[in-house]
Amino acid sequence: MIQLAWLIPLFPLLGFLVIGMLNKRLPVSLSGAIASLSVFLSFVVSVIIFNEIHQVGSVPERILMFDWINVGDLNIPFSFLIDRLSVIMLLVITGVGFLIHVYSIGYMQHEQDHSRFFSYLNLFIFFMLLLVLGANYIVMFAGWEGVGLCSYLLIGFWFKYTEYNNAAKKAFIMNRIGDLGFLLGIFLIYTTFGSVSYQEVFNAAKGFPDGDAAITAITLLLFVGAMGKSAQIPLYTWLPDAMAGPTPVSALIHAATMVTAGIYMVIRSNVLYTLAPYSSEIVAIVGLVTAVFAATIGLKQNDIKKVLAYSTVSQLGYMFVALGVGAYDTALFHVVMHAFFKALLFLGAGSVIHAMSGEQDIRYMGGLKKKLPITHITFLIGTLAIAGVFPFAGFFSKDEILSKVYAFSPFMFVVLMFTSALTAIYMFRLYWLTFYGSFRGTEQQRTHLHESPSSMTMPLIILALLSTIGGFLGMPEVFHVPHYFSEFLSSIIYRKAELTLPESSELMVMGGSLTMVVLIIIMTYNHYVKKAVMPETNEGELRGFQKVLSHKYYIDEIYSALITKPIDWLASFSYKRIELGVIDRIVNGSGYILNGISSLLRYVQTGSIGTYVFGMVIGIILLVALTMIH
Amino acid sequence: MEPSLPFYILATLSVFSALMVVLSRKPVHSVLYLIFCFFTIGCHYLLLNAQFLFAVHIIVYTGAIMVLFLFSIMFINMNKESEPHKNTLIKIAAGVLAGLLFLVLLEATKGAETLGPPSPNESYSTVANLGKVLYGQYLLPFEIISIMLLSAMVGAVMLGKKSVD
Amino acid sequence: MNNILHVVPLSYYVALSSLLFTIGVMGVLFRRNAIIIFMCIELMLNAVNLLLTAFSAQHGDASGQVMVFFIMAVAAAEVAVGLAILVMIYNNIRTVDINELNKLKW
Repeated sequence: MIQLAWLIPLFPLLGFLVIGMLNKRLPVSLSGAIASLSVFLSFVVSVIIFNEIHQVGSVPERILMFDWINVGDLNIPFSFLIDRLSVIMLLVITGVGFLIHVYSIGYMQHEQDHSRFFSYLNLFIFFMLLLVLGANYIVMFAGWEGVGLCSYLLIGFWFKYTEYNNAAKKAFIMNRIGDLGFLLGIFLIYTTFGSVSYQEVFNAAKGFPDGDAAITAITLLLFVGAMGKSAQIPLYTWLPDAMAGPTPVSALIHAATMVTAGIYMVIRSNVLYTLAPYSSEIVAIVGLVTAVFAATIGLKQNDIKKVLAYSTVSQLGYMFVALGVGAYDTALFHVVMHAFFKALLFLGAGSVIHAMSGEQDIRYMGGLKKKLPITHITFLIGTLAIAGVFPFAGFFSKDEILSKVYAFSPFMFVVLMFTSALTAIYMFRLYWLTFYGSFRGTEQQRTHLHESPSSMTMPLIILALLSTIGGFLGMPEVFHVPHYFSEFLSSIIYRKAELTLPESSELMVMGGSLTMVVLIIIMTYNHYVKKAVMPETNEGELRGFQKVLSHKYYIDEIYSALITKPIDWLASFSYKRIELGVIDRIVNGSGYILNGISSLLRYVQTGSIGTYVFGMVIGIILLVALTMIH
Repeated sequence: MEPSLPFYILATLSVFSALMVVLSRKPVHSVLYLIFCFFTIGCHYLLLNAQFLFAVHIIVYTGAIMVLFLFSIMFINMNKESEPHKNTLIKIAAGVLAGLLFLVLLEATKGAETLGPPSPNESYSTVANLGKVLYGQYLLPFEIISIMLLSAMVGAVMLGKKSVD
Repeated sequence: MNNILHVVPLSYYVALSSLLFTIGVMGVLFRRNAIIIFMCIELMLNAVNLLLTAFSAQHGDASGQVMVFFIMAVAAAEVAVGLAILVMIYNNIRTVDINELNKLKW
């Protein structure tokens, strides 16, 4: 059955082609059904393959599709690699992807262009599967670029709004910067190891000493790619803007799957990162800074999706910290759990927005608890999961990261702990403001409030279930139960970092973080529900650091002043002075000169045959005379 | 009799009739002089031992082409001195240019006398031999010429038709 | 029968052909009647034919005569088409004076 793994990406591709070609001829329910069915079939195949790997425990299997690039010594086959890492990613992508497809049927009901939406969504799934299935860096890069393209198309889905198009362009360009790093990394891999296939590269790398310069350079370049795709400082600014796309897109691409591609890539290359301690340190530091930074911005955002976007950036930072300290399995654990609860939160937010007729500002919500009971409960579960409350998914994965980091460096642990507190604060601020208190929207919105259709609530419920029980796959060691997740992955991790804490300190970490979160819940409840403190509606009321936070540290403005403006200036200079002033003048000038000369010369064309005959005879005489001279 | 006498007589007649072609006022006279000129050139072919060529020349040129010319002139009804004279300057220029061309041509072909006596081979110009060369070495050009003649015929018919709607 | 080249040098034929050719050129240069010009072109072609035949006799090679056949065929085709064109022109503008045919200019 493993040999049939090529079916997995095939179904979404077929779905894309069918929906894309029939396009407007399909009713919304049918295009949604085809799209969901294709992803569901992929999910079924993935589950079968997972079972096989789980029971037989087969070795990594390579499936050669065809010879792709074959030039000189360069031989890159188009082949898939099925191992324990890719199969987990397959399950997440197809499983969560399927739920989000189903949700989209309800969410996009009133959209004219639903076929385009579903075809893009299927194409995205196809490329994402290609990314995780590829058996070499080039196939991964193909998928990597493909998901970037789909992300661009889906962010700019409502292309009639300039703002959304700008957001799409921003995402695309930011990703290009990262992709350049990734591509250079691949080139360097090829020149260093003479191959781009995972197996050959990693086998060759195992012969290199720790801290080898070439490997350090490779890992840093690959990390630049990961920074772009997974929205780390300094390339993170596209992700919050990417919320311009439809909410299911934000859930699928910008929370659950695509943005974790960078983490998948680092885990896939864990052999290289293990051999490059300096790079790993940089990964950890960048992740740490991003986690804190994004979390502080999240505190002052009022757009429900923006809060979730910054929370995603922050959580991705967590994962990179885990990668940096060498806890690759933990990072993947958090990727999976995050996919569950963040998709849940986004879909819940989508349900809220749906009910509020497109309103996204939490200052105009409130009191939705009664009107949207299912959305409320599931959203609460998601919030508890991300804040890390026992026994929800986030508690286990986050706690594991915290304890691993504590064993690595207590300072980083303190910072992460602080971030974790911030996460709980902004998430509960969001939760209280949205679902408690009194309704603050318009009268029209109030009468329109309704619970979403079942195609939207079912995925919410399933994801809420997963967010509740998913964490038990990876129980902490103190409970003396097997950590299924990490055991399953043990074969793909090259050298496991020794990051175990004594039982007492681990219990202390757990207890500490749990107590902190509970305190925060009570505090925020007091603040936002009992005292009913509202976020400032007026810019002027903010002062000091709050203002800086609400402006996201002015990062966009700084980028615009430092990078965009000079490039714009250079471009307009080149256009006005060089293009119009120099090049155009040369080109047009030569045209004018030729025109002038030929307008004089054309009088030779008299139209009188006699003249021509004279000319011809003179020519003959000259020609004959010329041959005589020779 | 001087053996070279036929050449001189024929040459004088050729040049004279050629000049008359150019100088006659009436187009019909020009045509008649040209027929005469072609006839003398045909006689040159006989002198050069090319009897078959002589026959073909008389049939094609004097028989067919010149009749065509006569027909056209009568068709156009041009048997009068309708042609106004060109101005003298052009005439002088034409004479000078023609003389110059003649000198240049003579100069260019000066090496001819160094070729020595003519080849003793006399059998080359028999009809049998000509046929062998034409259908052997020059078969492809010969076939292509036939296509050209066919297309010329079609073209002439097309042009001769009254306006085509 | 011996050919005339045994008594007349080849260069005489060269001169004769050149002279005939030049007369043809002269006619083209200063006549204005298109039909006369056409005839002068025929004259030039015949001058070339004569020269080819003379050289053919000089070298005892039939290729020169074969070339004359081809020239004749081309001349026949040319005359057929050319005269048809002239007749058409005459039908349309009632003249074959080349000075009147000067519409094709700047």
